[in-house]
Amino acid sequence: MSIWINEGSKVLVQGITGSQGTFHASRMAEYGTDIVGGVTPGKGGQSVPLPGRKVPVFDSMSEAVSATGADASVIYVPARFAAQAITEAADAFHGLNEGGLIICITEGIATLDMVRVVAHIDQRPGVRLIGPNCPGIISPGEDGGCKIGIMPAHIHAKGRIGIISRSGTLTYEAVAQTMGVGEGQTTCVGIGGDPVYGTGFIDCLEAFEKDPETEAVVMIGEIGGTAEEEAAMWAKANFSKPLIGFVAGATAPPGKRMGHAGAIISGGKGTAEEKFAAFEDAGIRIARDPSKIGDALLSALVDAGLRES
Amino acid sequence: MNIHEYQAKALFRESGIPVQDGVHCKSVEEALNAYDSLGSGIVAVKSQIHAGGRGKGKLYSPDSGDLVMEGGVKVASSRDDVEDFASNILGHKLVTKQTGPAGKIVSNLYIEAGCDIAHEYYLALLIDREEQTVLIMASTEGGVDIEEVAETSPEAIHKAWLDPIQGIEDSRLFFLAQSLGLSESAQDSFANLVINLSRLFIDRDCSMIEINPLVRTADDTMVALDAKVSFDENANFRHPWREELRDLSEESEIEVRAHEHGLSYVDLEGNIGCLVNGAGLAMATMDVIKLYGGEPANFLDIGGGADRESITTAFGIILEDPRLEGILVNIFGGIIRCDMVAHCIIEASRDVGLGVPLVVRFSGTNQIEGRKALEESDLDVVTVSTLAEAGEAIVRVIGGGSR
Repeated sequence: MSIWINEGSKVLVQGITGSQGTFHASRMAEYGTDIVGGVTPGKGGQSVPLPGRKVPVFDSMSEAVSATGADASVIYVPARFAAQAITEAADAFHGLNEGGLIICITEGIATLDMVRVVAHIDQRPGVRLIGPNCPGIISPGEDGGCKIGIMPAHIHAKGRIGIISRSGTLTYEAVAQTMGVGEGQTTCVGIGGDPVYGTGFIDCLEAFEKDPETEAVVMIGEIGGTAEEEAAMWAKANFSKPLIGFVAGATAPPGKRMGHAGAIISGGKGTAEEKFAAFEDAGIRIARDPSKIGDALLSALVDAGLRES
Repeated sequence: MNIHEYQAKALFRESGIPVQDGVHCKSVEEALNAYDSLGSGIVAVKSQIHAGGRGKGKLYSPDSGDLVMEGGVKVASSRDDVEDFASNILGHKLVTKQTGPAGKIVSNLYIEAGCDIAHEYYLALLIDREEQTVLIMASTEGGVDIEEVAETSPEAIHKAWLDPIQGIEDSRLFFLAQSLGLSESAQDSFANLVINLSRLFIDRDCSMIEINPLVRTADDTMVALDAKVSFDENANFRHPWREELRDLSEESEIEVRAHEHGLSYVDLEGNIGCLVNGAGLAMATMDVIKLYGGEPANFLDIGGGADRESITTAFGIILEDPRLEGILVNIFGGIIRCDMVAHCIIEASRDVGLGVPLVVRFSGTNQIEGRKALEESDLDVVTVSTLAEAGEAIVRVIGGGSR
């Protein structure tokens, strides 16, 4: 099992004719993701060759959803057009499907655009946004699996650990370390590094709590905002499985944006120290050393009786 | 992106937000002319730098390091005062709580007409990450550090939120005005000011507007006595006019250059140069260095779309740093191939010369080919495959902790 996606997910690629879109659509199809089509305004009627298939291109999301019955869409369009692309996907999924999953990979979307997009999605129940500025979501299967995003698929394997992260390559690092202690993943979700975004830690924890195959979760936060603190508080009351946490940026200076738009300590708030303290208070197993995330997972599993050693 | 107070006040004026008359000056002579033209008797002479805490800052001579004057914002009641203050400020180094000990050389002044103050308030608009919309924050305690107010008397801070689709409701706005204890006529003035500020915030894609102090004058008008505006750079594409407001002397030259190549660079205090792909992994790499007893010299994220040119530039930028005693490269290959990064490192080191020990950690796509390329080169390099080994190795090769 997995959360939100599985090998039956039918996926559209918005921006499929762009270089990023074509490249990643091919990689996703290679892994086993069921790519059913793409959208590029003005290029409807064309088709794009992917490994093992040729998929149709549509002018709009509503045409694409009607024609293919897709239930997920991944966005690779440039930042200035991405907010519009998310809104269009939300309207199409809401109007035609009663819901759907939108994954926005694009980095650099204007914050006020995201404020409007998030408010728009809140009014369309059933529509879930992951991102923006994220690596996407992946659920490894027995042979290949479902990957909607840009992560290197080959580092993953099917297993029982859920992973949630605000970062891209640091998620891969966490995946590699869980693999290093012999554990695979149910689903890995990159929620993205922007200040205003769709799905958050708590949404993911809630879904992992309900997923019978997920037996433990690794949560990777970073400096800025209070999402980690809120997730810790929620988990303390509602999450029953072993939870392991790390927060990047303990050494970051205040007032400086550390790459991600959301990774900034402002007004003395959002420090790694506060987040680690909130994790500890909630009984979350913390790894202060990012090279020891795998070890922390292992000891949490042993303590919970889920592994011998 | 930040702008100066005088630029922010020009935006306020255009948007119908009350400010005092004022003139931007770059010399003592201009300051004196400004004093004459304002005809106000009492004026404020204000240092223009991007950092806050100017009023309590200190001015030093950049050559001798001697203290020249206390306070980067002065009230002048005569032409002579203006001359004194302006010459003590211009060309001197202003050190405030926010500039750090290095301070900032002041080359811009703002001369502003005096104001009859009945009370000082605080007002700010900013993105509230938790509510995912614009927060309006107001306080009866103006002119002091808002973080201090939040600590000592949080009940003095009042909040309202903009609806991203509807804007702000009148009732909430007047409720906010009432919580500040304003009289009816001052409430009207406050409401108009907040409506105009909200419009400015949205139309110009701001990330923060802070007015500290916002003052109520004796005739119950609300006036922005200070103005701090920063813009969301992700929206630069729809605001080409911003380029003219940009003061590059306020920004770190190396950070600007890195940004032009799609790199994120932040200067730090240590002696270990870092080159990493991904912001989270770059922060984690700094954290590991510190945990193993070292000190990172920089944060450098080469980003997801890095190519040969940007990686070579990134490596060159790190090599420029004279404090360096070692370099740690940490790449988790996904779309970026480790062997490509290896070749960039070899090339850049050949061009510039590599005078310090280098530790490279490759994981992910083409890690074996990458390590092989480095080992076969004539570079003095330690290759490792895990983050823990990387932290241990870099601190060892520079001969233990940096401090």
